[in-house]
Amino acid sequence: MSSAPAPLLELREVSLAFGGLRVVSGLDLHVDEGEIVSVIGPNGAGKTTLFNLITGIYRPDSGSITLAGDSIVGLQPHQISQRGISRTFQTLRLFLNMSVKENVMAAAYGHTRAGVFRSMLRTPGMRREEREIEALAEERLAFFGKRLMGYRWDQPAYSLSYANRRRLEIARATATNPRILLLDEPAAGMNPAETHEITELIGELRTAGGYTILVIEHDMHVVEGISDRVVALDHGVKLAEGSFESVATNAQVIEAYLGLQTAATK
Amino acid sequence: MSDSTPTGSSTPAGGPAVGQDEWVARHAAARVFKSGPLASAEDRLRQVPWWAWLVLFLALFSLLPLVESSGYVRRVAFDTVLYMLLALGLNIVVGWGGLLDLGYVAFYGVGAYAYAILDSPKFGIHLPSLLVVPLVVIIGAIVGLLLGLPSRRLTGDYLAIVTLFFLQLFQTLTTNGDSAFGHNITGGPNGILNVDPFHVLGHDLAVQHQGVFAVAYLYVALGIFALVYIALRFVNRSRTGRAWRSLREDPLAAEAMGMPVSWLKLMSFSFGAAVAALTGTVFAALNASVFPLSFYFVLLIIIYTMVILGGSGSQPGVVLGAIVVSPALELLREPSKGRLLFYIVLIGGLLLMFRFSRRLGLVAGATFVLGLVLHVLASAHDHRWVAGEHAGGFAGVVGHWVVVPSHLASWIAPTTYIGLIAAVLLLTLVSGWLRLVLLVPTLYLAAFVWENVMLAKPEPARYIILGLILISLMVLRPNGLLGERRVEIV
Repeated sequence: MSSAPAPLLELREVSLAFGGLRVVSGLDLHVDEGEIVSVIGPNGAGKTTLFNLITGIYRPDSGSITLAGDSIVGLQPHQISQRGISRTFQTLRLFLNMSVKENVMAAAYGHTRAGVFRSMLRTPGMRREEREIEALAEERLAFFGKRLMGYRWDQPAYSLSYANRRRLEIARATATNPRILLLDEPAAGMNPAETHEITELIGELRTAGGYTILVIEHDMHVVEGISDRVVALDHGVKLAEGSFESVATNAQVIEAYLGLQTAATK
Repeated sequence: MSDSTPTGSSTPAGGPAVGQDEWVARHAAARVFKSGPLASAEDRLRQVPWWAWLVLFLALFSLLPLVESSGYVRRVAFDTVLYMLLALGLNIVVGWGGLLDLGYVAFYGVGAYAYAILDSPKFGIHLPSLLVVPLVVIIGAIVGLLLGLPSRRLTGDYLAIVTLFFLQLFQTLTTNGDSAFGHNITGGPNGILNVDPFHVLGHDLAVQHQGVFAVAYLYVALGIFALVYIALRFVNRSRTGRAWRSLREDPLAAEAMGMPVSWLKLMSFSFGAAVAALTGTVFAALNASVFPLSFYFVLLIIIYTMVILGGSGSQPGVVLGAIVVSPALELLREPSKGRLLFYIVLIGGLLLMFRFSRRLGLVAGATFVLGLVLHVLASAHDHRWVAGEHAGGFAGVVGHWVVVPSHLASWIAPTTYIGLIAAVLLLTLVSGWLRLVLLVPTLYLAAFVWENVMLAKPEPARYIILGLILISLMVLRPNGLLGERRVEIV
């Protein structure tokens, strides 16, 4: 990448209020191509709201959001997904009654073309595309080693264990062929071994997958292990930004997390 | 769907369960029969491809007119095919799209009326069938799209209300369409008469052949069914089908994964409507007439029953649902056959509840004895108490068991009827041995009410029986006969 390209994803002065509650106010954030940026903050800090703003589920009251220089404010979520932003959900939202493979295949909708009538006739072009979709799904599932392979392909997603559901969410998100991947607490509910695995995996998503990654995470070991840059939020305001060390030792961040009554020592 | 699992033998070999995934995998691969020829037959049966089942099914259905010459039976078979088509169409909206469409029957009506207007002396238009049928399908699809437009942001209850309103609107428009701005368009309550039969290349496809229902229509309907079934199956296994089912599972996630949810909803509405309209043309061509009341709420409930009973979302499931429900409703028209069905349901329900356990024997035996004793007591008291008439079908057997008085005091019917409902409700509240004990008089009461009250009124009785079948099946198989196992999103 050249030295001063536009950031892949950039938010400027983004604000959102639900009634009188200001969820995000005047937020600036950018993610460069190839970066892994972590967003931390206590519960209710506005982290998931940030993801919902970027993916078009909410529309900001003011401010701009651009992807590679183009504004994406006001687009439908599926249009934003088709432009290259994909996400996972903190509260897993898999297509539970569809097979594991179909979950991933479904996400290829945005970059495939076969219409209904071609599907009814099973034209050669449609069948070729189907084979490509299937190969894509298998490739994305193979990313997790043996975890999501073999007999699991044809099992419904509800049969998966919790950690595998999280993996499947990531596989599904990558099947939209995104440029940037938003991961909402990928390590939530995982045991230490699985947490370690997911930390390595996020690194591989960048190196092998080539994705730029914006991740919300509570587990500080994960954050430390993966982040190029850390952004700390509280009450919808950016408290600190920088390397893990600088943010983790920031007094405001510590106060927001631990609620230290530092004022009492004044 | 031929899956090419590279790992080959997928189920983990014996040993302790490793995790949830493995457990479910092993559970799914479990056979009904553990070993022996039956087990290998079961394995082989599972490998039969879908099209082989379809061909077999169509072949058996086509053979029906050869072994059965009764016009009535052929007509019931024809109606069943129409129901199969309607169920397939509703399955697009409800089973795949996950949208509660209560206006579905109106699209059936739109198709029938459109055919009738374009192919009858009403306006002197007589378009060839090969032109009018595709035209009506397109009209149905457009009407579905138009209804979908205002409803595309609605889900669940709200969508149900709007679509229900549409059904009512269709009723009102067709019923009052004999004076729409001074023009008689729909013929009002009298409908449109003398609708043309299908006519292809100058040949009329007669509805009656030598005074009997013409088999040709059965084959036409079957052919259309086969085409629709295959086309929909292909769509289901395409990106559109996957997107529809994703929308059913989680609209927000589908949208975030690049699927245009509003458009997909419109499409599923439109395709459902198109299938219904297509079925409507066959209906109108065969009946040679259309009336507003043919497309009313009861029909909607029947189609929903088929879809839910068979397994919403599963194509073979909803077809099976239609094959079960449609003839059952016909059987129940006749008291004697209805009686057979009633006792089959009663005994079948007991079997499903207790399997072949000792409790089944206890309950069945006790009910039998109770009946005999009551019958003896009643006839000893006054012979008229058991002198009632039994109409048709193994009445002799039942007549020695159920008390059927020759004259029923006016208070008996409502009392026993309400008593039966109360007893059934009570059954759901108690458990253990109390339930077993209570079950015995309840069963007898059910038989009594059936013989004395319901048989006299077959029309409500058949819907009550249908409701009973539905309730018991939903308890035992919540996902329908052939439905996939389902979980709700928590």
